[in-house]
Order: sequence, then structure tokens, then C-alpha cells
Amino acid sequence: MTTDLIIFLGLGFVALATAISMLASRNAIYSALFLVMNFITVAVLYLLLNAAFIALVQVTVYAGAIMVLFLFVIMLLGAEHVEASPGLPWQGPVAVLLGLILAGEFGLLLFGREGTLAQDLQTAVEGFGSPASVGLELFRNYLIPFEITSVLLLVAMVGAIVLTRRERKESR
Amino acid sequence: MTSIELGLDVGLFAYAPLIIFLPLLGLLINMVLGRRLGEWFVGTIASLAVASSFVIAVLQFLALNSHPEGAQVLVADWITIGDLDVAWSLKIDTLSVAMMLMVTGVSTLIHIYAAGYMHEDVRFQGDPGRYTRFFVYFNLFVAAMMVLVTADNYLMMFVGWEGVGLCSYLLIGFWYEKGEDGIGNAVAGKKAFVTNRIGDLGFMIAMFLVFWQFGSLNFDQVFTSAHTAGAAAGGVITAITIFLLVGAAGKSAQLPLHVWLPDAMAGPTPVSALIHAATMVTAGIFMIARNHVLFDLAPFSSNLVALVGGATALFAATIAVAQFDIKRVLAFSTISQLGFMIAAVGMGAYVAAMFHLVTHAFFKALLFLSSGSVIQGVEHGHHHVEHGKKTRGAPFDPQDMRNMGGLRSKMQITFMVYVIGALALAGIPPLAGFWSKDEILADASQANPTVFWLLVAAAFFTAFYMGRQILMVFFGKPRSEAADHAPESPPVMTLPLILLALLSMVGGILNLPGFHTLTDWLEYTLEHAHAAEFNLVVAGFSTGLALLAIVLAWLIYGRVAMKKGKPDPLRRILGPIFVGMHNKWWVDELYNFVIVRPYVALARFLAKYVDWRFWHDWFHDIVLARTFQRGAWWLSKAFDLKVIDGIGNGLGDLTKGAAARLRTLQTGYVRNYALSVFVGVILVIGYFLIR
Amino acid sequence: MNVPTHYVLALSALMFTLGVLGVLIRRNTIVIFMSVELMLNSANLAFITFARSFGEIQGQVFVFFVIAVAAAEVAVGLALIVAIFRSRRSIDIDQISKLRG
Repeated sequence: MTTDLIIFLGLGFVALATAISMLASRNAIYSALFLVMNFITVAVLYLLLNAAFIALVQVTVYAGAIMVLFLFVIMLLGAEHVEASPGLPWQGPVAVLLGLILAGEFGLLLFGREGTLAQDLQTAVEGFGSPASVGLELFRNYLIPFEITSVLLLVAMVGAIVLTRRERKESR
Repeated sequence: MTSIELGLDVGLFAYAPLIIFLPLLGLLINMVLGRRLGEWFVGTIASLAVASSFVIAVLQFLALNSHPEGAQVLVADWITIGDLDVAWSLKIDTLSVAMMLMVTGVSTLIHIYAAGYMHEDVRFQGDPGRYTRFFVYFNLFVAAMMVLVTADNYLMMFVGWEGVGLCSYLLIGFWYEKGEDGIGNAVAGKKAFVTNRIGDLGFMIAMFLVFWQFGSLNFDQVFTSAHTAGAAAGGVITAITIFLLVGAAGKSAQLPLHVWLPDAMAGPTPVSALIHAATMVTAGIFMIARNHVLFDLAPFSSNLVALVGGATALFAATIAVAQFDIKRVLAFSTISQLGFMIAAVGMGAYVAAMFHLVTHAFFKALLFLSSGSVIQGVEHGHHHVEHGKKTRGAPFDPQDMRNMGGLRSKMQITFMVYVIGALALAGIPPLAGFWSKDEILADASQANPTVFWLLVAAAFFTAFYMGRQILMVFFGKPRSEAADHAPESPPVMTLPLILLALLSMVGGILNLPGFHTLTDWLEYTLEHAHAAEFNLVVAGFSTGLALLAIVLAWLIYGRVAMKKGKPDPLRRILGPIFVGMHNKWWVDELYNFVIVRPYVALARFLAKYVDWRFWHDWFHDIVLARTFQRGAWWLSKAFDLKVIDGIGNGLGDLTKGAAARLRTLQTGYVRNYALSVFVGVILVIGYFLIR
Repeated sequence: MNVPTHYVLALSALMFTLGVLGVLIRRNTIVIFMSVELMLNSANLAFITFARSFGEIQGQVFVFFVIAVAAAEVAVGLALIVAIFRSRRSIDIDQISKLRG
């Protein structure tokens, strides 16, 4: 058991625990907060995996902006709780069963065969994943997708405004 | 003469196809523009087309002088099927060029004549619009005739053969709505066509036999194979030649297929002159001359040919004696003269036949055209009289010689050329007909006594009926007011007549005894074309007979001129024989009784009982229609309603039921859908796992 | 951090499975949506791991784009939820069953 493994197992435990808690929480606010914790844990994992830039983006965009938006909407709609309704009694058990099958399949995929996956992660070269290297890659090889992303975000913004806008008739 | 002296070369042969295409060009121009160009242009273009064709023929003649072996001019590949290879290739040799010169030369003169004649004719008949059509047909005829004479294989010859037959049919029925009962001309055309069809069938069977025996349709190849095969193929060659004789008899109006030619006189007179006297009807003689190799190998057929020719010559000559229609006399005369030629080719005297063919073309065309001039003159006179009277008189036949008489002074040019033509036909020296007819008689005297006597008798009758005709038409007093007022024809008509009269006078120099120009010329094509020696006894005998016949005719018709309304004086002398002659020996009636009537009865029977009662009433209505109805009824009730509808409705019900069950799957719960997607994901990953 | 690659991937897979279960089990539309984010996140983790494993920076660039697209998706998705809530007065996903056949 190396230190790395211990750190990883700890972080993995936290991530899974927060994810399960998010699922289990009755209150949507709690769910959102657990998810924030999950995101931060994963961001720490990113840091450890030599992805410092992505880790910071994860914290600022996901844990910050997106989750705040979630919380804001939950509170706006007052949607912390959903009243119990009778529908679909067998959906839960079947979903759990299928989830187990999926997990088993993933297990088989990851552990069932020999190969490079079983090796330790290689030590990254100097400067791998630094903001500079990611920036260079983005603006050299992925310039056009990057610019298109900005358009996508603009469209999403306009779409959100259009979808949530109240009709004038209604407002009167 | 060599080519250097003339400055000419074989290259001239290359122009040969023009001889066919120039008349075609003329007819195309007239067809497209004829109505707009006006009569003068139409006539000029048609005549020019044929005249230029004649020029081409002369060029071929010059080329042939320096290269007498002739040439093959390929126009187009036509049919290539397995071993059969038929090309449209023109055979330019002395025989075909002789025909070309004669046909295009005479055609040119007749075209010019027709330009004047048809001008009047279309007005008499009351449809000036048909002027163009006439010349289109006329040019088409020349083109078809050229295809016929230049053919180098049986199939191409057959194309021309049928082409001229078609033109003949179209031109006989040119005034198709006229004639007896308004369909007389059309019936005459049909008769010609059907009779010719019998001959064509013979030609076709001969063609099939040739291909079966020799594996080729090309003349040269067939003749070479026939030479080598010789007696081994004797039976087949005899059969081929007999069937060819049937074809020739149809086209050249020989016994027993002669009946169509007299009726063909229903066509306008230039048509009679060109097609039914000078050119088309000689196609049979040309065809036999072309196939002389085969006929030489089949003595039986040759004898048969000679006998048919001789019999026809005498038979038709006797009928001509007792005809009153000016053109019918000439028609039977034509049949008789064609009999002379057929007899000649049958005796192997191909040169004599070709010689007579050419001279006959001259003087028979002359006679027909002159008769046209007479007819139109009388018609003019008739109109003049009618115009004066202002009331319509009794029906008047401008072709009936009993209505004529005394035209000598009214139509002097016509009278003179007519006499020249008649004397040439009668065989009075030194006119063209004498030399050619005498050559045939001289050949016959050596080759075949039976035929010789038949021909001599025919020659006697020939002189007699021509004398009779001239005396009836031109001498005595006019027997009708129309004849009294008949004017002479315009120069456009008389000029060709004069030219033809000159040709009829001097045509004999083509093959004068001692010189044998035509014999030498044709020798290149017709091997061992022997020239019969001039036989003074035969010549003197036949001339004497002809003169005797003319004197006899004068005694009967000239001494006491025929009076109006009186019967023919010959009738008194000959009695029932004259009736027989007048009625053409009842051949038409015989055919009518033996063939036409039973045929029509059979056709009626077949139409009424077999076709209508059996096929229509019983088979169609009862067997087919009722069975079909029953079947349809059963199908609609039992099959359609139960099975077909069952399938259709069943499919519908199936879909409906399945849909009713399947729609319950659509719970509307998004989570359910997500679940099914999830199942799919698991299955796909599972597939990749176990793959 | 030097751990076997498939450990990290296994963590990613488990998080993904949890996200799926969240989508399937929860009825609160917003929580379902958050589960989707969880799934995206687990996928991102796999990307980062592979980038590290193969020493290829493109994996991180791809994650960057995924995050950007996710941001756009959340904006539109939440707007949709707000619009639906306005008409149905509920965020229970089972109430939205207009597609029932």
C-alpha cells in the first residue's frame, strides 16, 4: 500500500459516498450540496492526475457556477421535496438490478483482461497538464472548436432566456 | 478508245450512286416545296433530276468504254447475319448501263412530255393539286428502277423490283376515285398489285432456293458456284429458273399473268408509256438476262421461257386486233412485244432481247405518248363542243377509236410520229423495230421452229392491228364532233415525240447486221452472246408478211372508211373469232370464274362462318367471354372477398391488435424510457464483452 | 499519483453507475438532472485518467469542451425545467407523462 494508493482510496471513498448521499437525500438542496462535494473531490483527483487547469475549471465552472444555478433554481421553484406518488413501484428494484449488472460489466471490462490498464499510471513529463500546455493545445489545434464553443454558449444563453421568459399576456 | 484519249478514269464509276440519289433528291425537293414552287418548277425539277441521272448514265457509259470489265460501287453495308452478307453495291457493267441509258433517257423525254400532259390532265380530272404528287411518284419510280438495274444481288434487285411495283400501283390508281363506279382505277391498281404479288412470290421462292443451294445472294458468287456445281445442282437450278420465270411473267405481263397490264392503262398516259411499256415491264427480261448463267444451265426452263414468250406474243397480238380503246391496243401490243423479248431470252438470244427491249422502249413510248396526245386532243375537242352546247351530252370516251377518225389533218405532228412508231412496231425496214424483231426471228428460225412460227404469226397480227389503228384514228372522216375539233398538242409534248420518233427511226444502228455494236458491248457481261447472222430469207419473209398485213388492214378499214355507229367491219369477216378476240379470249372471265369468284366465296364463308359465327359468336362470346365472366364472378365472390380481402383485413387487424398491445409499452413515463435505453446500453456493452 | 489505471477507471465506472441509478430512481427532475451531471463528471474523470495514462494532452482538452457543453446544457435544461414547472406546477417527472400511448 503506497501513499498514493491510500490517498486515492480515500478520495474515491469520499467521491462515492457523496454520490450515494446525493442519490439518497430527500431534500434536493442536500443533493446539490453533496454533488458540490463530489465535484470538489473529483477536482482534487484531477489535480493529482496532473490536470491542474481542468481541476480549477471544474471547481469554478461546475462546483461554482453550475451548482449555484441548480441551487438557485431549486429555491426559485421551491422544489426541495417531491410528494410521494404511487407510480412505477417496480422501477427502483429493476434499476438497481440493472445498475449491478452494469457495474459487473464494467468490472469485467476493467479487471477481466490483462493489459496496460493494470499497470500503474506513468509519471507524467514535466509540465504535462499545465495551463500553458492546455492553452497552447487549445489555441493551436482546437482553435475552431474553441471558438464554436463560445457560439454554443451564446446560443444556450439566448435559449435559456427565451425559454424562461414570461409571456406578456400572462404578466398582465 | 483508251482512258487516256478520253481523259477519263475509273473514277467516274464513283458517281454511279448519284443515278439513284438524284431522282430521290428531285422527289424530296418536290415533296417539300412542290406546292409552293408551282407547276412549272415541279416539272422542271423532276425532269432535271432524271436528266442529270441520264448524264450520270452517260458518264458510266464513257467509263465503261475504257474499262469494259465494269465495276462494283459499294454504297452501304446492308445486312450481315452470319454467313449472309448483303451489301448495297452497284453493279456497273454493260448490261446494267445499257438499261440505265435506256431508262433514264426515255424517262427524261417522258418527264418532259408529262410536264405538259399532266398540266392538262389535272385540269380535266379536276384536281390540279395532284400535279406535284405525280412527279414525286415518277421520280420515285426512276430511283427504284435504277436500284433494280444496278443491283448486284438478288435482295437488292428485289428491293427495286418491289419499288417499281409500288410506283406502278400508285400511278395506276393515280385517279383512284375515278373510273368505273368510282373505284375502277383503284380496282385496276389492286389487280396489278395482286397479280404482281404472284410473280413476286415466284421471285422470292427463287431467291430462297438460291440462298439454300449456293449460300449467297450475290450474283457473281452465285453464278460462279453454279458453274462449278453444274449438272450436280441441275434440279435445283431448274427449279430456281422456273420460279424466276414466274417472277418475270408477273412483272413483264406474260401468260398467264398478263391480265393486269391492259387494266393498268387506267393510269395517266405518261405512266403507261414509261412504266407499262418502256421500262418497268422490261424488268422481267432484264432479270432473266442477268441470270442468263442459270438459264443456260437449265435447258428445260429456257425452253419453257421461249414457249411462254412465243405464246404470249401471238395470244396478245390477236387480242389487240379487236380492241377499240386506243391505249388497250397498245397495251396488248406491249404484252405481245414483251413476249418477243421473253422468247428471245428463252432461246439464249440475250442480245437480241436487249436490242428489242431498247428499240421497243423507243417506239412504244412514242406510240403511248402520241396516243396521249390524241386522247387529249379529242378531249379538248369534246370540251370545246360541250362548251358550245351548254348542256351536258352523253358520256363520252375520248379513248375509243370509234369516236375518232380523220385526225390526220388536225394533228399533223402527232400523226407523223404515230406512223413512224407504228411502222417501227410493225417491223418495216429500215426503222428500229425491224432490226431488232428480225434478229429475234433469225435466232428463232435456228433455235426453235415452234417459237419461230408463233412469233411470225404474232408479227403478222402486229402489223395488222397497227394498220387498223392508224386507219381508224387518223384516216377517214371524224366520227364525232370532238374529233372534228381536236387541236394539236403543245410543243412541250410534241418535242419529246419528235425526239422519240428520231430514235425509233435510227435506233437500229445500235446493232446493225455486220457491225454488232450492241453485241460487242454486251459481250462483256453476257458471255457467248452470239449474234445471229442476218438472214435475208427470214427478213424478207417477215417484211413481206408485215406489208401484206398492212395492205389487208387497208382493204378492210381504209378502202371504205369506217362509218359512225357501224360495227367493226372485221367482225363481219371473222364472226365469233372477233368476239373472242374482243373479249380477250375471256381470260379475265376465266380467272374470275376459277379463282376470283371461289376465292371471294371462300373469303365470305370464312368471314361469315369461321370468323363471325365460330370465332366471334362461339369462341369469343361463349368460350372466352362467358368463361371469363364466370371466372371473374367466382373470383370476385369467393376469391376476392374471402382470400384477398381476408389478407388485407387480416393484416389490418393484426397491425391494430399488435398496436393495441404495444401502445401499453408507451407508458409516458420518462423514467421508463430511460430504463429501456439503459437495458439497451447493458446489452450493447454485454455484446462487446462476449464478442 | 501512481495507482493502477483501472482503479481510477473503476471509480469512474462506479460514479457513472450511481448517476444512472439516480436518473432511473429519483423522481425529482432537478435531482435527475444532477445525476446526469454526475455521469458527465465520471466520464470526465475517465478522460483525464486516459490522458495521463497515454501522456496525451488532448484528453484534457476534451474535458474542457465537455465542461463547456455541460454548462450550456445546464443553462438550457434548467430553463426547460422552469418552463415545465410553470405549466405543470410540479417537478415530479412522473407527472409529465403526456407521451403515454
